[in-house]
Amino acid sequence: MKTKLTDLAGIIRSKNSGPYELTMDIIFNDYEGFEQVRGAKVINEELVSKLYNITPDQIVGIVEFEPAKAIKITIRRPLCSGDLGETDVYGAQQHAPLLGLEFDL
Amino acid sequence: MKEEFRILSTTAILGYGFPVASFEEGMKRDPHLIAVDAGSTDPGPYYLGAGVSFTDRDAVKRDLELMIKAGVERGIPVVIGTAGGSGGQPHLEWNKQIIEEIAKEQNLHFKLALIHAEIPHEDVKKALKEGRIHALEPGVEGAGLTEEDIDATSRIVAQMGIDPFIAAHKGGAQVILAGRAYDPAVFSALAVEQGYDMGLATHLGKILECAAICATPGSGSDCMFGYIGEDYFRVEPLSAARKCTTVSVAAHTLYEKTNPYILPGPGGHLDLTNTSFEQDTETTVKVRGSKFVPGDQYAIKLEGAKRIGFRTVSIAGTRDPVMMSQIDHIIQAVKDRVADNFSSKNLKYYLNFTVYGRDGVMAALEPLRNEPQAHEFGIVIEAVADTQAQADTICAFARSTMLHYGYEGRRATAGNLAFPYSPSDFHAGEVYVFSVYHLMDVTDPAAPFAIDYVQL
Repeated sequence: MKTKLTDLAGIIRSKNSGPYELTMDIIFNDYEGFEQVRGAKVINEELVSKLYNITPDQIVGIVEFEPAKAIKITIRRPLCSGDLGETDVYGAQQHAPLLGLEFDL
Repeated sequence: MKEEFRILSTTAILGYGFPVASFEEGMKRDPHLIAVDAGSTDPGPYYLGAGVSFTDRDAVKRDLELMIKAGVERGIPVVIGTAGGSGGQPHLEWNKQIIEEIAKEQNLHFKLALIHAEIPHEDVKKALKEGRIHALEPGVEGAGLTEEDIDATSRIVAQMGIDPFIAAHKGGAQVILAGRAYDPAVFSALAVEQGYDMGLATHLGKILECAAICATPGSGSDCMFGYIGEDYFRVEPLSAARKCTTVSVAAHTLYEKTNPYILPGPGGHLDLTNTSFEQDTETTVKVRGSKFVPGDQYAIKLEGAKRIGFRTVSIAGTRDPVMMSQIDHIIQAVKDRVADNFSSKNLKYYLNFTVYGRDGVMAALEPLRNEPQAHEFGIVIEAVADTQAQADTICAFARSTMLHYGYEGRRATAGNLAFPYSPSDFHAGEVYVFSVYHLMDVTDPAAPFAIDYVQL
């Protein structure tokens, strides 16, 4: 049965980390869900590349932060914040592809 | 045992406001310091480049009135970091005038320290020649900056660390108004000066700079209180509606950071590898183990923005499925028509169409770009050129061309766009981009940041 990320993680958000990077936080409801997703390596480079239409070299890092039962994805911004062609100066609305994520555990 | 050092943080960004009841709760705890961060690069390069605040003047004045009045009456230092949002010279001057008004209207007399953070272009060029400039942009080796880039930049600021604040505290300032500052330094400097641990003070500063955002429910417009002890710090919300939990505080450590374990700042980095978060009381959290690791070379972060032109925008929509199915073709045809029409004028311009309902929010990152589900598109037509008049010309011509463009299969020959407003086109004014985002090695962490004292 497919599990939805939104069923396990109460907070899924994005924001600039400086003007050149975009960082997505997935904060799980409990340690069980965090450990399950971490253990199954659901959030990996291949998935992030697909979700964000990018090549793996654009991924800065995928970091698990146990104290917050969180997984953090950081990617390069396609543009420096505010450059011509910008659509999200704060980077606050780039989390959406994660909301639809479903996977087998 | 040493007394805890107590800090009242009033709000996430000066001007975002806070309940008076929370502030009074904080004052009951007899703080050693009242501090607030006023800045962010989040709102983009315009505010830095143009010398304009992104927060409202009256809202900033309201917050500062409460803070300064309480601080002066009880002799508690009040510190403001990154004045006016970007911390350049016009931002500092803007906030200074607000403080002068408050002093006059409230009949308050005190010593004000102004710490400047704008870096002269010549100093940055000198550092570039001496190999003291390093790029922060990922993938860029070395400086990735030229003298021409520096000349083209309208304004350059540097983030100060704790040293200029310590100097101003020692200089007897009652109120310290600083230009661009590393957010935590506003909160940590006085504690470090009094012998508290740099790692704990910096980590606490990182949390306090967003005030009640680290509580649950979080808020960017409520106060937060911090206590630093010998080998720990504690955070406490000041509204009964909020709690700090280990997860809410730990989660805040992730916020706007690339790697939550290693957090670089002026003079080194904060290492949270061995940090523990413990529920202290029902509403407070105790944190231990955060370490500050000094770097081999003290470096300050430079931020600069340059003006690249003027922008005019037009907002429109389409509900026509035939038009929507051909939107890329239509946009290209309009761009070609504009280019052709002004080809003899030698105009330099940028013309862009953002299509909401397809990829208006995520642009290149949008995975569903080729399978939009919307029954209507919002279209923002944007022209950027060397002058506002030229931007107007390009925007207006693109708008009228798109309105009447005869695409394949068109039924609606009366017009292709719905405009919500008359006039349909708006001046968005000067356009800036970030042009400097670099580290500069310095030998004296305080030297780039001159301090003036004013007796009010």
